[in-house]
Amino acid sequence: MIGISPEQLRYARLLEYGARSGLVALIAGFAAYMGGVLPVQVPLDVLPRLWSLPAGDFVRESGIAAGWGWLQLLGKADLLALVGIVLLAGASLPCLILLVPIYVARKDWPYLGITLALIGVLALAASGLFGVL
Amino acid sequence: MKNNKSIACFGLGCGVVLLAVACPALAWAAGAPDAGGPWWLWPLALFLVCFVLGVIAVPAGIGGGVLFVPIVSGFFPFHLDFVRGAGLLVALSGALAAGPALLRAGLADLRLALPLTLLASAGAIVGALVGLTLPVAAVEVALGITILCIAVIMWRAKKSEYPDVARPDPLGAALRMSGIYRDQALGREIEWRVHRTPLGLALFAGIGVLAGVFGLGAGWANVPVLNLVMGVPLKLAAGTSGFILSIVDSSAAWVYINQGALLAVIAVPSVIGMMLGALIGARLLGAIRASVIRRLVIVILFLAGARALMKGLGWWA
Repeated sequence: MIGISPEQLRYARLLEYGARSGLVALIAGFAAYMGGVLPVQVPLDVLPRLWSLPAGDFVRESGIAAGWGWLQLLGKADLLALVGIVLLAGASLPCLILLVPIYVARKDWPYLGITLALIGVLALAASGLFGVL
Repeated sequence: MKNNKSIACFGLGCGVVLLAVACPALAWAAGAPDAGGPWWLWPLALFLVCFVLGVIAVPAGIGGGVLFVPIVSGFFPFHLDFVRGAGLLVALSGALAAGPALLRAGLADLRLALPLTLLASAGAIVGALVGLTLPVAAVEVALGITILCIAVIMWRAKKSEYPDVARPDPLGAALRMSGIYRDQALGREIEWRVHRTPLGLALFAGIGVLAGVFGLGAGWANVPVLNLVMGVPLKLAAGTSGFILSIVDSSAAWVYINQGALLAVIAVPSVIGMMLGALIGARLLGAIRASVIRRLVIVILFLAGARALMKGLGWWA
């Protein structure tokens, strides 16, 4: 195969949008957090006591639900700052979904299977099923 | 020109000194975490340290994540869960920033990456779950050993610019993992294909587990496996490795997010510091000798690995 495949170029374009929007949201959310624009779930001066705890203890003490429970607290600046992180973690998923119709049209069944399996793995990781151990 | 190099080396030396001194000095200034030091001192120190790590990571040819986790877990008061979560985000952000350009330039190959990424992503989820379940001391001992091994790999591993693949293996041929990319430095097109695909897939599953357990970007392992085991040309191996990280680290990062192990106050200054540092590092690339920086990074990895190991064994509180 000579050159760069069209699906690779389309994947790159969509990944770029996802990465950029994630980084913008990350910085904007953190600026709002540090600027004291919104109330916070965990006061900043309490953090040094909590950030030395294991994640499970932190979740219990801070009153933030594991998994996707933090979405209920989006009005709090420290949880709003997580939106950028979530966008970055999710940036690859739409790019992989974009590949599905391309591989179907090309009848490239092995790569269709690999792509669907990869989407499944990422969706499982993101689902929150692993949120509570 | 010579003067420029001296200035660059001097600047870099100052940065390393800052890195070596900043953590203990700030620790002293802020007092123990429970003693009520100002909270903002730690994110600020983290930003500065990550900036320096970003500066040295680019010329050394590594992702910042591999330096981040052992150094921050060794010298900052954050629990290892949050450090690993932030380490994954640092590696993920770098991979996402570079990924689109690598794909467009043909220096990363989607067809080569997808099967390897599938195994590595599944491994990363398992690794993240295991890492968040194991006792901290056990993870620190394993982290120390892993970092020391990475330092040895960086020190000893050979590289093959254009490996000779006489015949592709049946699986690699069936998946059509081959192609042609344009090497800008040589000004010609390079044909490539892979061999030992089953072994490569198995190794990538293992690399994914390590990335998930320790929150390390895994470029240090991806590149040798692609290059030396599977026979991918070095530049394509490095680019494809960067792209693979953009998916593998996200699958592990989801587990950390869902378990509450990603704190914005730790992760965001780390990402911003590392990215700004990488911008400076990229500018210094032409002015400094990469081999000197690489040796420096190996020394830092040896020290950070020894520190993690001793901390895990209880020999260094």
